[in-house]
Amino acid sequence: MTTAPPTAPGPSPAPAGPPVAYVLRPADDALIAAQRMAQWCTNAPQLEEDVALANIALDLLGQARALLTHAGGLEGRGRDEDALAFLRDEPEFTNVQLVELPNGDFAHSIAKLLFFAAYQRLWYERTAAARDPELAAIAAKAVKESTYHLDHAATWTERLGDGTEESHRRMRAGVAAVWPYTHDLFAADPLAARLAAEGVGVDPAELRPEWLATVEEVLTRSGLAVPAGDWAPTGGRHGVHTEHFSLLLMEMQSLHRAHPGVTW
Amino acid sequence: MAERPTQTPPMPGSDRLLAEVTQAGEELARTHSGAHDGPAEADEEALAARFKEIVAADGKIEPRDWMPGGYRASLVRQLAQHAHSEIVGMQPEAHWIGRAPSLYRKAVLLAKVQDEAGHGLYLYAAAETLGVRRADLLDALHEGRQGYLSFINYPTLTWADTGALAWLTDGAAIVNQVPLCRTSYGPYARAMVRVCKEESFHHRQGFDSLWALTHGSPRQREMAQAAVDRWWYPALAMFGPPHSASTHSERSMAWRIKRFTNDELRQRFVDVCVPQAEALGVTLPDPELRWNAERGHYDFTPPDFAELRRVIRGDGPCNRERVAHRRAAHEEGAWVREAAAAHARRRAARSADAEADSGSGSGSGSGADAGDAAGSGGAAAGTDRPGGARADAEGMPA
Repeated sequence: MTTAPPTAPGPSPAPAGPPVAYVLRPADDALIAAQRMAQWCTNAPQLEEDVALANIALDLLGQARALLTHAGGLEGRGRDEDALAFLRDEPEFTNVQLVELPNGDFAHSIAKLLFFAAYQRLWYERTAAARDPELAAIAAKAVKESTYHLDHAATWTERLGDGTEESHRRMRAGVAAVWPYTHDLFAADPLAARLAAEGVGVDPAELRPEWLATVEEVLTRSGLAVPAGDWAPTGGRHGVHTEHFSLLLMEMQSLHRAHPGVTW
Repeated sequence: MAERPTQTPPMPGSDRLLAEVTQAGEELARTHSGAHDGPAEADEEALAARFKEIVAADGKIEPRDWMPGGYRASLVRQLAQHAHSEIVGMQPEAHWIGRAPSLYRKAVLLAKVQDEAGHGLYLYAAAETLGVRRADLLDALHEGRQGYLSFINYPTLTWADTGALAWLTDGAAIVNQVPLCRTSYGPYARAMVRVCKEESFHHRQGFDSLWALTHGSPRQREMAQAAVDRWWYPALAMFGPPHSASTHSERSMAWRIKRFTNDELRQRFVDVCVPQAEALGVTLPDPELRWNAERGHYDFTPPDFAELRRVIRGDGPCNRERVAHRRAAHEEGAWVREAAAAHARRRAARSADAEADSGSGSGSGSGADAGDAAGSGGAAAGTDRPGGARADAEGMPA
């Protein structure tokens, strides 16, 4: 961790650059999704899947690192990726609750990945055309990764949906459990809406119709359906999280915090 | 991935071993492989003579070649143990992924553990060329009929253990595996060339991670030294019992599956480690360790072979946990594997029906998914990122 003084000169006010908070949202989504996905390592149902899920976790971690580094630069207070990942507290994280949910069984995790990757792909696609060239470059690389993640999740959704009676039941249960949390991805977000209006950012609410078409197609092909019900927990973008989140952070941050200021 | 700027010095002695791997790879490309041009229907005696001739000439035996039953059995035993070591060996390191103290270190550790899964895949595939099935080998592992390297049964108590484990046990694995790049069975030799190249990154990363600790705070230095103290002897024990007490050595050497004795390899490892430990600024926990000018090698205290036997027998600190973890992952994943197979069968049947309907005679497209039923959609997912194998070890439960 570099420890630049807090007075380090930031970039001169650049109206084209998005606010830090806007970049931290996808950064936190990717970081927390990576942390959860990595928990599959050594626990996957077969060796190929240990490789594949670790690969997805690595992609997400790479996205998180690039985005956090960029956010730290925009902020201009000398916080690097590690300061942002390890030294912020729970309410300062603005990831959606979807990514912090425990993994559950394999079907549950695949449902999470399906919904999240479909969202990420759209967000990165739009952001690849962003006015901020650094953010655009990060997104252009990430869009390829999330396209693969989506494909992987869709393939498994179909295998499980169309596999055995048990796998169908589990896949349906996974989709049902995770579905309510997808609304958080598209929840009204004044900051994003304002940036979208200025042509600087993406308003996630606008992504929902295309997202819904993608996931509905996969679910239908897998003999599944969009679950009924209108319970829609939200709040991640405002730092409101589930009970599970503090435990996740405690694990992730404990060692770093136990040795303040050292280099690893 | 943004690289962490590092000031770690070069790791003494690592280039020489890697050069040997490259050379073995080049030789392999030139080597006459197999007995394919031998008599097709020859009698057993002629085949055996041909086998001996190829081995004596440092040629390669290939899967379809005739080979003695004992040779095949030895290779299956060794390859299975090697593959099992890769996949069980993921556990002590994966234990720290969630808590890695920087995002850079988290990425490195996750990639390393993923590489080990990739190595497991190649090695099971190499074993399958000998007519065994991965599923059966996994059953043998889960039921305790086949083993894996003993060091995996020790715990990683602190973050520094991930560095010490990688530096010492991956280092030992490389010393063990470099000669395997010239082993007489073609698929094994080729897998080893690939594995060794990738493995050297892990070894280097372990050194780098420890270097950061030995040049850090007093608590970090203490953590690094304690971890080296814990891992030195498990690493030395990886070379197995002394040659005089080794059950499989003699024959494996005659067949050129194995090319050096356990003792020769252990000495080579000690000689490589001492200057590396000096560069790191850690002390190897052996008061008898000193240069012997007469022998041109370091003298050292051998590992406690009684302890090695106990650990191999199943009474190491983590044997039960490691196997239980593997078994749980396998059992909890059974429904997923069954679903993938059922889906593949259904897809194949649907596609066959479609062909029958259309009257198309070319069956090449049928069951496109069947091939990866037991595999996954993850073929593209990073099997290109392998690395991190473990070595052959003698004396593991057969």
